[in-house]
Parts: sequence; structure tokens; C-alpha cells
Amino acid sequence: MALLEIQGVTRRFGDFTAVDDVSLAIEAGEFFTLLGPSGCGKTTLLRMIAGFDLPDGGRILLNGDDLADRPPEARPVRTVFQSYALFPHMTVEGNVAFPLKMAKTPGGEIAGKIAEALDDVRLAGFGKRYPHELSGGQKQRVAIARALVTHPTVLLLDEPLAALDAKLREDMQIELINLQKEVGITFVYVTHDQTEALALSHRIAVMNRGKVEQVDAPSRIYGFPRTAFVADFIGQCNLLSGPVTASEGGVVTVDVAGLGAVRAAAAAAPAIGAQGTIALRPEKVRIGVDANAARDDNRVSGKVADLLYMGDVTVYKVTTPGGLRVEALLANSQSGRAKFFEVDDAVEMSWPVDAGHFIAG
Amino acid sequence: MAARPSERWGKWLVSGPPLAYLLVFFAAPTLIMVLASFRSPGEFGGLAPFFGDDGAPDLNLESYARFFTETVYAQVFVKSLWYALITTLFCLALAYPLAALIATSPRKYRDLLLLLVILPFWSNFLIRVYAWMIILGPNAAMARAVNGMLAYVGAGPVPLLFSSFAVLVCLVYVHLPFMVLPLYANLEKHDRALLDAAQDLGANAWQRFWRITFPLSLPGVYAGAALVFIPALGIFAIPDILGGPNDTLIGNLIKQQFLETRDWPFGSVLSIVLTIAALALAGLAAWIGRRSAGGGGPARA
Repeated sequence: MALLEIQGVTRRFGDFTAVDDVSLAIEAGEFFTLLGPSGCGKTTLLRMIAGFDLPDGGRILLNGDDLADRPPEARPVRTVFQSYALFPHMTVEGNVAFPLKMAKTPGGEIAGKIAEALDDVRLAGFGKRYPHELSGGQKQRVAIARALVTHPTVLLLDEPLAALDAKLREDMQIELINLQKEVGITFVYVTHDQTEALALSHRIAVMNRGKVEQVDAPSRIYGFPRTAFVADFIGQCNLLSGPVTASEGGVVTVDVAGLGAVRAAAAAAPAIGAQGTIALRPEKVRIGVDANAARDDNRVSGKVADLLYMGDVTVYKVTTPGGLRVEALLANSQSGRAKFFEVDDAVEMSWPVDAGHFIAG
Repeated sequence: MAARPSERWGKWLVSGPPLAYLLVFFAAPTLIMVLASFRSPGEFGGLAPFFGDDGAPDLNLESYARFFTETVYAQVFVKSLWYALITTLFCLALAYPLAALIATSPRKYRDLLLLLVILPFWSNFLIRVYAWMIILGPNAAMARAVNGMLAYVGAGPVPLLFSSFAVLVCLVYVHLPFMVLPLYANLEKHDRALLDAAQDLGANAWQRFWRITFPLSLPGVYAGAALVFIPALGIFAIPDILGGPNDTLIGNLIKQQFLETRDWPFGSVLSIVLTIAALALAGLAAWIGRRSAGGGGPARA
């Protein structure tokens, strides 16, 4: 049995169903992420695990015990809040000592545990400071130390890095991964940032409109999105839709308007005539000027409509003669050169069969 | 960076009139009072002529000596401090739940509830004090109910009016809004997430109040306490109207000296001692406030 089981949990606010019959099983020691756009229900689900909100239907089990009757203070679950919620009238030590005092930890053990927790988040020596004397990243670490000091069964993190700047966020991501490995506590992490989710998690549950669209390892979420929403939400993706015209040996052919027949790999064989979508990552599309150089199965010519220089890569938005837009991505391996093509350049795009991923529906 | 001349003049243009007002109507009278406290009372009240028959200036410490040697004045002083303290504590005990209720009620009702708190200010202070005469009067329902119950257990009837009870009830009533408003202003700004965090970290409702809400509300408590304690210390109308013979407070004494006995020097001494005591207590409260805020803690009004 999984450590934390969410069974058919539903939460409604008036006419709005924030969480719609969600079932998840989160294993001990896992770094599990709830990923989705704002309003998808991920924070509501987190608040129900913490006990600040109660499900209208379904159950939440921790180690097999139903948590329904236990208020937040009686759950072995701790939350790192988005706003950090550090107590402004207490020092860093006072903040970290708070849960220990609430748990009636013997006075002699408190100092040692505080030191250990602050050491874990690399804040040794900051104990006497007040929250307003700390930077955003330091506040974040205090919030994590405070939540971890009593060794909870599950740590819930509600967009903890959202308020940090990009560089610091990356550092904190690496620290979070190491910290989770070190303490071995199950992390349930909420974010709307897909790169963060991919970088941190063992498994990701992608949520949309209160429902879980897919639960999988990051590489599978990215490589084999089960729905068009997942494909579109995680990274950039060309979604090529149309009816299935052939299906044979794990390869389907979809007739895409404005592009023609596109062949892609499929896990299951769809019925001929059924609607389908091929998810094609821009980095898998080869782009060049010479049509003969490409020996891939899928080939299309077009004209560069827009380009976006990102430093490491340049994104080309190519319009096909049929009027469809396809994104292709080219690494700028040659330094000092921003782009290989200009707007209005005629280009040839191609990609192998296994570059595309077929999604039914 | 140095201010431009026009900015400097602008500053004085704005802050000059209120400053002048305070100088003329507060600083000057205070100075006159300080001078008067070192003078002798006149034969028919007021002050004796500054240059007496012997031509020596009339400056002495006799009124101060009188205050510090006749214990009755110190007793009245201590009683006034005691009444003010009790008033402050009762106001705090009543105002805190009220302010918390308003601060946590839906935003659309808050203005209405605040309006109700300040509604008493719309009628005259003395009229409200006289109203208590009727409420506490011997033939009113309250006195009858209390004395009826006392008679039931075999105790004699007690007068509610013209007693310390009446004075304290009215003191608390009059000063309650001054405690509610600063407390509300403080509690309204509290971050709900802090209580969620405390609960998440294992604190029950009681612990959440005493460890989070109350310490963070201390600036509001101190502000309210100062706004209640200092006026309550100098009040004279309430004991005059509702008090018994033993309810003379320092405010009554000062009023007596100026209006009845017409001993201006002694009245000035009493006023100065009262002012200094109030300042000392306010300073002490501020000092305690800074210490309990934990050295570098952010001050929140």
C-alpha cells in the first residue's frame, strides 16, 4: 500500500468543481509533484492533504488511516507555504523551535534539533536573525527547516520557489533534490512551472480542471504525453490533428489539414477514421534548406514566418504551403551566430516516424 | 541631498500653523502652569502679587511641600492610578474579542460594525454619563434585580449609583471605543497564513492565540492602553456625577483647586505631577513594548 492514498477525492465550491474525483497513490520517499495551470485544483488538493480543507467526497489515507477526522495540527504532515509564513516576532531559532515546542519536545533536545535542521538547509549561524533580516531564499530555507525539524511523514510544498528570481530558483531546485534525498521524507510539491516539475520530481501528476490527466515519470510525461493538454502544457509542442488514415505495426498515419499525411508511433492501434493528434516536439524537427539531405519519413517545406532567438537555441515558426504553423528548434552551436535562417526564407522540415507521438482523440 | 529653498519654505508653510497653534494653546499654558506652581495663592484666589510688600519675588516650593507631606493627596493619586488601571484592564478584556470579531468578519460588514463602535461619540459625553444615572438609579430595573437577588440570599440592599461601581462601569463604557479602534487596526492587518502555518506546525487554537495573534497584537494593545489609561487618569466628570464621597480622584481634586478653593499654585502642582506620572507611565510602556517586541522585531501599529 502506498504511503499517501487519495481515493476519489472531490471538492466543490458552489457550482465550481475544484477537484473532481482525483485518485493518486504516493509512495514513501517519493518526490511527487502536482503540476497544472492556476485554478486546476492542485492547491485545493494540497490543502485537503494538510487538513485546511475537507473533501466533499472520497478519502485521504495516510499509512492506511483515514485523515478525515484529524485537524491540521494533528496530522503528521507539514506545509511550506508560498508566502513562507514565517512568524515575524520570532527569530529563525524561534520559528524552527515552534513545532518542537508544540510537540512537547524535551527542552534539552530542542537546541540540537534546531542546529541540525538549520544545518540541513545551510543556514547554520542565522539562528538569531529575524525574518525581516533575511533574503527571500533564506526565508524559504527557514520555512523548510521549520517544516522538517519534527520529521513529518509527508512534506507539502505549495509553489515554494515562485517568489524567487530565476537564478536563485535553479540553485534552490538542486538543493531541494539533495535535501529530499538526504532526509528521505515524502515531498508533495505543487507548481505551475513545468520545467521545475520536470527537474525535481520522481513522478508528476498533471492536473487540468480538477482532474488528473496523467501520472508518470518526468521523461515519460514529456516524451509520451497521454493527452493533448499534457503535450501542450509540458514544454513546447506541435499538435497535429486529423483523422487516422492508416494504422499498421505501431505506426499510424494521420491526415493533417495543411500538412498532409503524417506518420507517427502509437502505443495502441487506433481505429481507421478516428480523430487523433500527433504531438511533435520542436527539437525533434530537423530544419534545413536542402530537401534531398533529409531521409526522414515525414517531410514538409515551408517559409519562416517568425523566429525567436533564445541564446542557446533559436525557435523558427514555419508556415507550410497549406497554412499550418510548425515550430522547429535549432541549437545555436556556433557562437556569435544568432540564426541560420531569416524570416521569409524557404526551408525544408523533416522528422522520423518515432519523433511524433500519437494521442487518440 | 540638500533641499531646495522652495521646498524648505513649503515645509514650514504646511507644518507652521499647527505648530503655532500648539505653541499658543498648549506650550504657553503649560509654561504658565509651571510658573504658577512656584507661586503663592492670592488672598481671594488666583495668585498673590509677584512682588510682595517686602519687594522679594514670590517664588517658593510650598505647594510642592504640601503635596508631598499631606498623605491624603498621595492617596487620591494612588486611587486614581488604580481606577485607571482597572478601567484599562476591563476595556482590554472587553475590546479584544470585539476587535477580533470585527477584524475577522466579512469585509462588507466591517465598516458597519466599526460605525457601531464609534456611534456613542455622536451624543454628548455628559449626556451619556447622566444616562448611567438613570440606568443605575435605585428604581431602575438593574438595581431592583440586583437587590432582589441579594435579598433572596439574605444580604442587604446596596446602592448601585453614587458608588465606585458606578464610576468604574462608566469609565469602562466611555473608554471602550478607544481600545477597540487601535486593536482593530492592528488585528485587521494580521496575515491569515501565519495562523495556518502555526496550526500546520501543531498549534491548537489556544496556542495559536497566545503565541501568534497576541504577541503580534501588542503594539495595538499598548496604543489602546495609552489611549484609555491617560484620559481615565485625569477624568473628573464621571466621579463627580456618578461617584460617592470616597470616589474623589485626582481630576476632581485639580478641578476643586482651580474652581472652588481657587488655590491656583496647588492646582498647578497637582496637574504637573499628573502630567509627569502619565508621561513616565507611557515611557515605561513604550520601553516594555520595545523589549517584548524582541529587539529587532518589526513594529506593527
